[in-house]
Amino acid sequence: MKLGTLTIAAIMAASPVMADLVFPSLSYRTGPYAAGGIPFADGYADYFTLLNQRDGGIGGVMTRVLECETGYNTEKGVECYESTKGEGSLVYQPLSTGITYQLIPKTAADGIPMHTMGYGRTSAANGAIFNNIFNYPANYWDGASIAVNYLLSENGGSLEGKKIALIYHNSAYGKEPIRTLEELSAIHGFELTQLAVDHPGQEQKSQWLQIRRERPDYVVMWGWGVMNQVAVQEAANIRFPMENFIGNWWAGSENDVLPVGEAANGYKALAMHNVGDDFPVFADIQTHVVDAGMAAGNGDQIGTVLYNRGLYAAMLAAEAAKKAQEIHGVADITPQMMRDGMEALVVDEALMESLGMPNFGPEFTVSCENHGGSGQGKVQQWNASTGEWEILTDWISSDRAVIDPLIAEDSAAYAAENNVEPSCG
Amino acid sequence: MLYREAGDFKTSYAEDNQTFPIKFDRVGYYVVLAVAVLVVPFFINDYWASAFLIPFLIYAIAAIGLNILTGYCGQVSLGTGGFMAVGAYASYKLMTAFPWMDMVTVTLLSGLVTAAVGVVFGLPSLRIKGFYLAVATLAAQFFLVWLFNKVGWFYNYSASGQINAPEREFFGLILTGPNAAAATQYLFCLAFVLVLAWVARNLTRGTVGRKWMAIRDMDIAAEIIGVNPLRAKLSAFAVSSFFVGISGALFFTIYLGAVEVGEAFGIQKSFLVLFMIIIGGLGSIFGSFAGAAFLVLLPVVLKLVGVDLLGWPTDIVAHLQLVIVGGLIVFFLIVEPHGLAQLWRVTKEKLRLWPFPH
Repeated sequence: MKLGTLTIAAIMAASPVMADLVFPSLSYRTGPYAAGGIPFADGYADYFTLLNQRDGGIGGVMTRVLECETGYNTEKGVECYESTKGEGSLVYQPLSTGITYQLIPKTAADGIPMHTMGYGRTSAANGAIFNNIFNYPANYWDGASIAVNYLLSENGGSLEGKKIALIYHNSAYGKEPIRTLEELSAIHGFELTQLAVDHPGQEQKSQWLQIRRERPDYVVMWGWGVMNQVAVQEAANIRFPMENFIGNWWAGSENDVLPVGEAANGYKALAMHNVGDDFPVFADIQTHVVDAGMAAGNGDQIGTVLYNRGLYAAMLAAEAAKKAQEIHGVADITPQMMRDGMEALVVDEALMESLGMPNFGPEFTVSCENHGGSGQGKVQQWNASTGEWEILTDWISSDRAVIDPLIAEDSAAYAAENNVEPSCG
Repeated sequence: MLYREAGDFKTSYAEDNQTFPIKFDRVGYYVVLAVAVLVVPFFINDYWASAFLIPFLIYAIAAIGLNILTGYCGQVSLGTGGFMAVGAYASYKLMTAFPWMDMVTVTLLSGLVTAAVGVVFGLPSLRIKGFYLAVATLAAQFFLVWLFNKVGWFYNYSASGQINAPEREFFGLILTGPNAAAATQYLFCLAFVLVLAWVARNLTRGTVGRKWMAIRDMDIAAEIIGVNPLRAKLSAFAVSSFFVGISGALFFTIYLGAVEVGEAFGIQKSFLVLFMIIIGGLGSIFGSFAGAAFLVLLPVVLKLVGVDLLGWPTDIVAHLQLVIVGGLIVFFLIVEPHGLAQLWRVTKEKLRLWPFPH
C-alpha cells in the first residue's frame, strides 16, 4: 500500500503543470439522483468544450473540466474536493446542498469560490459574510416566494383561507423553504401543511394519502431525483389536479414527468432559465461539439431542462472568468481572481444576446452585498402531448421584504458561530 | 525465512499469552506503530488525510465495535449507522452546550451516551435471535435517523436540519473545522484507534470476551456453564455501541464537520460497516482494520486507476466499484467466510513452515 501511495504521488508530481483554466465538475452520474445529475454535467462540460473548440478557450486560455463522481454523497464529495483543489480549480459547483454545506467552510479556508446556482445555503446571498460563496441568480427562499407570488396572481391577490401543502425531500435541501413559507403563510393567511419524504423518495404513499384526505388547494414540491417522478405519479393516482401542483426548479425536468405519461399533463414547476433548444448557442454546440464527436455523456440530453441549467451554470462561470481576466489583466487567473470576477459579474440582455442565449436567464448584477442576484423566476407547465415544457409567465420577482431580513438573520447566526467579521470592500 | 522461531522460547505465562507471541509479528507491529505515529504525520497532506487515512481510522473503530457485537457475541446488528448518528449528535449537543469542554471528553461522553442507547436497543436480543434481532436493530436504525430528523432540539433548530462542528482546539492546535491541520486530526483519531483497539483486544481475550464467544457459539450451553446471557449480551451491546458512538462522533467532528443524518448515517452506512467486518473477518480485531482499509481504499484506488490513469468515464468507474464490492462479498461468503483475517492467518502458517513444508 505504501508503495502504491508513493507511485501515485510520483505520477501526480511528474505530470506537467498545464496553463489552463480548471473548472471542476462534481457530478453524479450514478445513484438515485443520477437522472438529474447527468444532464447537468453534460451541459456544463459541453459549454466549455464549445468555448475551447470555437473560441480557443476563455481569453486565449484553454479550459479544462475536471469531472469527479460524487454520487450525491457527501463523503465522496469531500474526497473529490480534496483531490481537485490542488489542480488550480477556479470555482466549485457541487449541485448538492449537502456537499455545499460541507464545502462552505473548506472553500473559505482555501480561498476558492463556490457557486451554488439556485441551491445550497440561501443566506450565502449575503456576500459580506459569505465572501466566496455565490448563489445567483436565485435561491430557495426566492423560489418559495415566487411560487407564492404566482399563486397570489392566480387568485386575484389573496390566498386567505387557502390550504397549501409542501411536500419536501427530508434533508437540508428540502427543509430550506420551510422558514420562508411559514413567514409567508402568516402574511398571506394561507394554511401550510408540511409533508416530509425520506431519501431517496420512492416511498410516498402515506404522504399522498394525507393530501387526499386534507384536500389542499395547492401542493408545492421541493423534490429531487427519483422523488419527483414518484410524486407526480402519486398525484396522478389520487387524481390531484395537476395545474395546482407546483414543483420548484429542481422538480421541473423531463425526467420528472415523462415516466408518468399523459397523466402528468399540466404539472407546473418553477424555472430559473428558459427552456428548449431554440437558441443560437445550440447551433454552435451542434457544429463544434456534437458533430465533432466531443459531446459529454451520451449526447442525448441536449436541450432538456437540466442540460440547459448546466449550460447556464457554465456560461455564468465562463463570463465570471472573463470578468476576472478583465479586472486583473491576466489571462491565467487564480481562484482569488475568479472570486473578484464573480463579484463584479453583470448579466444583461446584451451579453446574453452576444452569447447566443437571448433572454435565457434573468438580468442581474452581483455585488459584495448581494451574492444572490435578482431572485427572479418563471413558471413553466408540462404539455404531455407535445412533450415540452411551456413557459407560462414572465420573470416573477420574489418578496424581498420577507426574504432579506431572513437572510440577514441566518447569515448573522453563521457569522456569530464561526467568528466571521462581516466586511465589504 | 521470514519467521525464524528457533530459540524463541517462552519462560513465563505472560510471555506465552502475549498478543503477538512470534517475534517477527511483534517487531512488525511496533514498526507499523512507529511509522503511523512518527513518520506519517510529517508526510500527510489534506488529500490523503480526508480521502483515506482519517476515514480509515474512523471506520476501523466502527468495525471493531460491530465486530465485538456480531463477530464475538454473535448478535447481528444493522443499526450501526443509527448508533453512529447517536455519537455524532451527542458530540454536537455537548460541543454547543458546553463550549469549554475539551474534545477528548466530548468524544468519550458521546461514546457513553451511545452505549446507553445501545443497551436499550439491545434488550430485545434477550428474547429474539438471528434474523429477528437483525430486524429489531434495523428498526433502531430507522427510528434513530427519524428522531434526529424530526426533533429540532437535536440540531439546535437550525433551518436546514444540518449540524456543524464548531472550531475547537486541542493543546493549542486547531482540531475541528476547516482550518485544522491534517496531521493534528490524523493523530487525534490515531490515538483513539490505538487505545480502543488495545482495549478491544484485551477485552476479547479475557473473561468478558470468552463469555461473549460462549454465547455466540451456543447460548444454551453457555447458560448451563454459568454465563449470564443478560449481562453478556447487554455488555456486548454496551461496549459495541461505545465504540460505534466514538466513531460516529469522530466522523462528524473531525472528518466531515457538517452532517445531515439521513444522508450520512443512513442504512447504507450500517451495511458498509457490516461489509467491512464480513470482508475483513468476523471475530478478529485485525480483520476490522483490514476490512475498513479495504473498503475505504477500494473506491479511491479504482478512481485513481480508472479515471486519472486510464481516463475512463467517471460513471463507469462508480458502477464498477459496486460490481466489485458485490462480487467480493459473494466470494468471501463462499470461499473464505472468515475474511481477510483468515487469509492472513493461513498465509502466516504457510510462511512459518516455508521453505520446508511437510
